[in-house]
Amino acid sequence: MGKNRRYDFNLILGSILTAITTVPALIGMIWTPYDTHTMNNSLKLAKASLMHPFGCDNFGRDLLSRVMEGSATTLLIGLGTVFIGVVIGTFIGALTGYYGGLVDDIFMRFNDVMFSFPSLLLALVFVAVMGSGKIQLLFALGIAFIPSYVRIVRAEYVRARNMDYVKSAKLAGASDMRVMFVHILPNTFKILLNSVLIGFNNAVLAEAGLSFLGIGVQPPDASLGRMLSDAQTYLFNRPGLAIVPGVTLIIMVLGISLLGKREK
Amino acid sequence: MKRFKNLLVSALVLMLTVALCGCGGDKAGDGETITVGIPQDIEESLDPHTAVAAGTREILFNIYEGLVKPNSNGDLVPAVASEYSIDDEGKTYTFTLRDGITFHDGKAVTVEDIKASIERCADTGSGDPLVAAFSNIESVTAPDDKHVVVTLKAADTDFLSNMTTAILPAEYISGAVAEPVGTGPYMFVSRSPQENIVLKRYDGYWGEKAYIANVIFKVISNPDTIVMNLEGGAIDMFARVTSAQAAQLSDNFEIKEGTMNLVQALYLNNAVAPFDDVRVRQALCYAINPQEIMDYAFDGRGTEIGSSMFPSFGKYFMPELNDTYNQDTEKAKALLAEAGYADGLQFTIKVPSNYTQHVDTAQVLKEEFKAIGVTADIELIEWNSWLSDVYSGRDYQATVVGVDASTLSPRALLGRFVSDAGNNFVNFNSKEYDEAYSAALLSTDDAAQTGYYKQCEEILAKDAANVYIQDPAELVAINKKFTGYEFYPIYAQDMSKIRPAK
Amino acid sequence: MTGIIKKIISSILTIAVVACLVFMAFSLIPGDPAVAKLGTQATPEKLAALRETMGLNKSVPARFVEWIAGVVRGDFGTSYSYSMPVTKLIADKLPVTVILTLYSFILMIAVSVPLAIVAARYENSALDKTIQILSQITMSVPPFFGGIIITLIFGLGLKLFAPGGYVSYSVNAGRFLGYMFWPALAIALPKVAMAFSLLYGGLTTEKRKDYARTAYSRGNSTKDVFYKHLLKNACIPVITFFGMALADMIAGSIVIEQVFSIPGLGRILLTSIQNRDYPVVEAIIVCIAVLVIVSNLLVDILYRVIDPRIITED
Repeated sequence: MGKNRRYDFNLILGSILTAITTVPALIGMIWTPYDTHTMNNSLKLAKASLMHPFGCDNFGRDLLSRVMEGSATTLLIGLGTVFIGVVIGTFIGALTGYYGGLVDDIFMRFNDVMFSFPSLLLALVFVAVMGSGKIQLLFALGIAFIPSYVRIVRAEYVRARNMDYVKSAKLAGASDMRVMFVHILPNTFKILLNSVLIGFNNAVLAEAGLSFLGIGVQPPDASLGRMLSDAQTYLFNRPGLAIVPGVTLIIMVLGISLLGKREK
Repeated sequence: MKRFKNLLVSALVLMLTVALCGCGGDKAGDGETITVGIPQDIEESLDPHTAVAAGTREILFNIYEGLVKPNSNGDLVPAVASEYSIDDEGKTYTFTLRDGITFHDGKAVTVEDIKASIERCADTGSGDPLVAAFSNIESVTAPDDKHVVVTLKAADTDFLSNMTTAILPAEYISGAVAEPVGTGPYMFVSRSPQENIVLKRYDGYWGEKAYIANVIFKVISNPDTIVMNLEGGAIDMFARVTSAQAAQLSDNFEIKEGTMNLVQALYLNNAVAPFDDVRVRQALCYAINPQEIMDYAFDGRGTEIGSSMFPSFGKYFMPELNDTYNQDTEKAKALLAEAGYADGLQFTIKVPSNYTQHVDTAQVLKEEFKAIGVTADIELIEWNSWLSDVYSGRDYQATVVGVDASTLSPRALLGRFVSDAGNNFVNFNSKEYDEAYSAALLSTDDAAQTGYYKQCEEILAKDAANVYIQDPAELVAINKKFTGYEFYPIYAQDMSKIRPAK
Repeated sequence: MTGIIKKIISSILTIAVVACLVFMAFSLIPGDPAVAKLGTQATPEKLAALRETMGLNKSVPARFVEWIAGVVRGDFGTSYSYSMPVTKLIADKLPVTVILTLYSFILMIAVSVPLAIVAARYENSALDKTIQILSQITMSVPPFFGGIIITLIFGLGLKLFAPGGYVSYSVNAGRFLGYMFWPALAIALPKVAMAFSLLYGGLTTEKRKDYARTAYSRGNSTKDVFYKHLLKNACIPVITFFGMALADMIAGSIVIEQVFSIPGLGRILLTSIQNRDYPVVEAIIVCIAVLVIVSNLLVDILYRVIDPRIITED
């Protein structure tokens, strides 16, 4: 009972926090208060003011605009990563889970290895192979997150293949493809949604981490991790340059994880 | 389970105690040790003959010496040789071995060591000699155990600047000894890859001994943590901080300002479109304002340059070339229209990502080009990709880097623009230039030679070989506990001159 | 017992597969390490000579056989950029990363377990609520930002440590451990929060189970019930998490090493990736894979020791 109320609280707070970060990020994709690349010498490291609520960075670029663009980049990479992971992961998970057999065994052994490897490291290896950059990062992270979705989807398919509704669909003459993607797939959505939220958070954190290491998003493009990395020089006199993108990142992750709690 | 809890709590307490005790006070307050931050690790071997990176050479400067060595004014002074003489022709160089000079292992330097060192660098067995200019050496002889005579194939009055090549023990060169030792004021103690290089004062040094007993070069691979490392007391000095970093430092640090001795420019690939058209190159020159770049990215510091030459070269530097192109948007647009790019054009600038200064410069350039309707895309690449794709492969349109001079001769800067030069990575091709340059090489008269070199510089400016920007200011941040830092016109961090402040 | 042996064998096989994949991935990458090494000094003759000494002119399968034969003997070849045996290069740095990881791991357990017990015992109290909220926020702090905040507050503000003042364990073990506390804390914090909420969830669920009620009604004190029964049962699902957390911490330490200027495996890995020093990259990845797989194996064994039923369920 009391529990129910708390879950609602998670949903409300989660929605608010997510909105606080994603709405400006979405706006930031099409419009920012100031151009995010134009530099202004007179505003170098300017303190917060009415015109620039968060102040300006070391090139005199409006920090609010940069954070909006940075969140948008981070958000897009997070979404793209989840998309790649879910689509490919579902496909592999569905096939191996549905058919089983030796191929499934080998695939799962391989998948388990990948899964036990920290995704950040996996992405790092992919970046090492493919080179650094926004697109490379997107694919590196996407591939690194596939195994976790394969695991979840496969488990659902293994469970479903012996269920009555699947058996009857087969008897009715439905093709394997139809059974897999029309009958079973919708039943995995509920469990997928939760792992999508967790996966999104992990992707956002991994993007930030890799950009922080300088092998993700490249300047002058902004991303939250990249901004944090650049801000370290000014940590002494302008800690705000680190705190603003850092807190934005935390709010984004916190909001989504609260939403995830609701979904249980 | 109760025991488990106690164990956890005591583990936690122990860790906290260690954390709080382990970090008490900052060391190096005794003035006996100085920790210097360096931006990249030095090369694998400490062999001064094979080291190519400037970052390695500036550290090895403390360990090794040649027959002569440069001082902070850029003059060559005797080192391993106590004196030298050159015959009138400029063909025979005679060096006298300094009395009582020893290597760090205590062994006396002999003429055999000198001979072996020079011969090793002149050896053409595996293609080019280690020191390119040594291909001009006819013979190295030791008439007695005090003198070495170097005879050249062709007369060259400028040859002495190559005799800074380090003198190593003959046993090292023959492979009998693994660790190289030198004759410099500091000796090598240890190194740990990506961590540090430790040097110790050599008390048997022939000249003025170093003040500080221990020098630790600490690798700071993440440039964003330089300020923190300085303020936190982890390092006492860092050469080449950016002006943004300098501005962040507290009063505990002195910022020394010198010049970096680099030709920083937007280097253009003269062989590919659109930069095979001189008008497009000139348009870009008209589009930019070096002062604006210095204001944005360097806090107004730096020296404007108009050709491939920087002020440290004294008589060769031509400040008047700075005015070849003054910012003029209209002229730039007109030139572009004339070249057929009335609707603007787009190109890619490849920038090595590890050089913040060049990345920052490229960002400002991009903004300046916008005004003349030119879109420049910045592509950050790793230093190694830069070397292989841009420098060796010449597969690029434009790049922002700084080019340095390896010796104190204008050839080091101008030689690369001869059309068939192996290091002509901008593919500059001008008959006029080639003629002026070869005239300079052949000339034995100093005034005439200088005139030819200047002519070369003028051609580079007129043909807009590159969009010249500046010789960036070199800022050295040094803790006020220390004093005595000296700038050199070449890559060198002379630690022997640094002493504790009173 | 056969279960464990089976696991060990499959772990060894997995490591072998990882090693093969890693080598192949890096053999396919375009880019010539010889060019990278010579830089501006490259001439065709020098390049050819260097390729010869680096063994790059052999075919990929030939190099692979050579590499594998070396790896089995613990020899990962020679670093391109350091010209020293990779094994020697890594041997110096491996302890740094391992200690950092273990340090954070111990911190995670030492903080999360007591917190969860306290919060679960005083469920719904103000203390419980505060811990809950704090842990929810901490969970969302990425380690590198945590590291920046720790540097800002404890390093620059309170001057409890000198940022970047890393001292090698071989020089001064005490100062080394003192400095490593802070990066370990940055890595451990989000994991503390996650372990806490898992353990807390377990404890509060177990608390309501019949056996706990019976124990209470038999007159056992709350304390006894918690330590004797609940904790053990609540721990079982958390152990899986600990295993994954350990693997994550190894990865996390790579990023944190950058924030705290620590020359560990991560630093070498990053610079080697940039220098295209593939023997080093391959060796470090294999090394990390071994660490990850061995830690998974240990968790698995621990699992079976605590709860023997697992074997039948497998």
